[in-house]
Amino acid sequence: MNEEYEPTIIGFLCRWCSYLGADLAGTSRMHYPANLIPIRVMCSGRVDPTFVMRALADGADGVLIAGCHPGDCHYQCGNYRAAGRYSLLCDMLEQFGVEKERVRLEWISAAEGEKFASVVTEMTNDIRRLGPLKWNGNGAKADSPALEE
Amino acid sequence: MDKLKFAIYWAASCGGCDVAILDINEKILDVAEIADIVLWPIALDFKYKDVEALPDGSVDVCLFNGAVRNSEQEELAKLLRAKSKAMVAFGACACFGGIPSLGNVSDREHIFRRVYQETASTANPDTVYPRTVTEVPEGRLELPEFFDTVKSLAQVIPVEYFIPGCPPPPDLIVTVVNAIATGQLPPPGAVIAPDKALCDECERERSEDKTVKEFRRPWQFIADKEKCFLEQGLVCAGPGTRAGCGSRCIKANMPCRGCFGPPPGVSDQGAKLLSAMASLADSEDPTEMAAIIGGIKDPLGTFYRFGMANSTLGRVKL
Repeated sequence: MNEEYEPTIIGFLCRWCSYLGADLAGTSRMHYPANLIPIRVMCSGRVDPTFVMRALADGADGVLIAGCHPGDCHYQCGNYRAAGRYSLLCDMLEQFGVEKERVRLEWISAAEGEKFASVVTEMTNDIRRLGPLKWNGNGAKADSPALEE
Repeated sequence: MDKLKFAIYWAASCGGCDVAILDINEKILDVAEIADIVLWPIALDFKYKDVEALPDGSVDVCLFNGAVRNSEQEELAKLLRAKSKAMVAFGACACFGGIPSLGNVSDREHIFRRVYQETASTANPDTVYPRTVTEVPEGRLELPEFFDTVKSLAQVIPVEYFIPGCPPPPDLIVTVVNAIATGQLPPPGAVIAPDKALCDECERERSEDKTVKEFRRPWQFIADKEKCFLEQGLVCAGPGTRAGCGSRCIKANMPCRGCFGPPPGVSDQGAKLLSAMASLADSEDPTEMAAIIGGIKDPLGTFYRFGMANSTLGRVKL
């Protein structure tokens, strides 16, 4: 594997827990790889499977969805919804040939800066080992030609 | 006034769309009244060279059914595009890839090996596979090239209108014929079907509680004829599918399979269906949740049954 390769990981972080966990990792000066691009969402239950597939199709090598621990959801059941979708999405992505390490769901509370740092480190290392996804490089999705005016 | 010119073509399709055109019954006489048909391989004996001889833009409307899976289909799509003023993707395969695009879970090599080698009824000791060019004493024989990836029509050429369905129902075909006859076509890019989801049209009884503890498949029990399929634990594509089909399957007590494609505003039908079905699973226990979700076999084939070519990921990884 190319030593230079740095994966791009998109992180959908719940606004109430995981985003604050990431913030804590930062303010505590913890060291972790800079490969994750965080996107703040209101709830892990807001993460539509379309977001995950769009990220993978548009060049991401991995996607992290992170939300509150079971029972802690600000909206009561958003994280349970996320868990159900994630489980079914994993089954489907496996059929598409996407390795399971590339898409991950984690529960990270606002107090777990350390967990956030270790999840990102672990995931970055896993994907470094797998190599780039390069989905568009497959010629998988054709761009539609535009109508002439 | 000169008669209009129509072309009807089939690519990777089953022929059902052509039959659907005949299903408009006596209305077909109105079509013959207003239009001359310049190409219709399933019904009339025109040759490709007859189409090539036509001036560009001289065909008023081309109804193109079927997905694009080989080079002949691609060539004809481009030829008919050049000859036609309006190109219509007719039916689920032309619109979204349809059933043929489920072939995108495989590729040419694997499909050929399966079909020409591994099937139980095949004896092929010399490993003879179709080739695009074969030299024989009489000359050179050519076959179209089989692609790895099936595409929808709009992924190959620009398309003006989309008529979804497997096949499109007669009333939508009549709507289109009338629109063409009176010159009142909608703006380019329009899908000729209602702008709402099938659930909005569904007459079944619905309750607020849509949670299930188990997914079942239609062959496992006789579904209640009045109650929402989702509430019975059956995967129904209604929430992620455009209305306009007249609920043909629902009325036959079978859940929707999604042949009308995504409703407006939805880019990926399969992802939306996945999201909707997973949200029905009612459990806070991870083990139980996995068991409920595990009841949905083959999510890719179920959620992208008619839309693999148009899906965000398009095909499996090569």
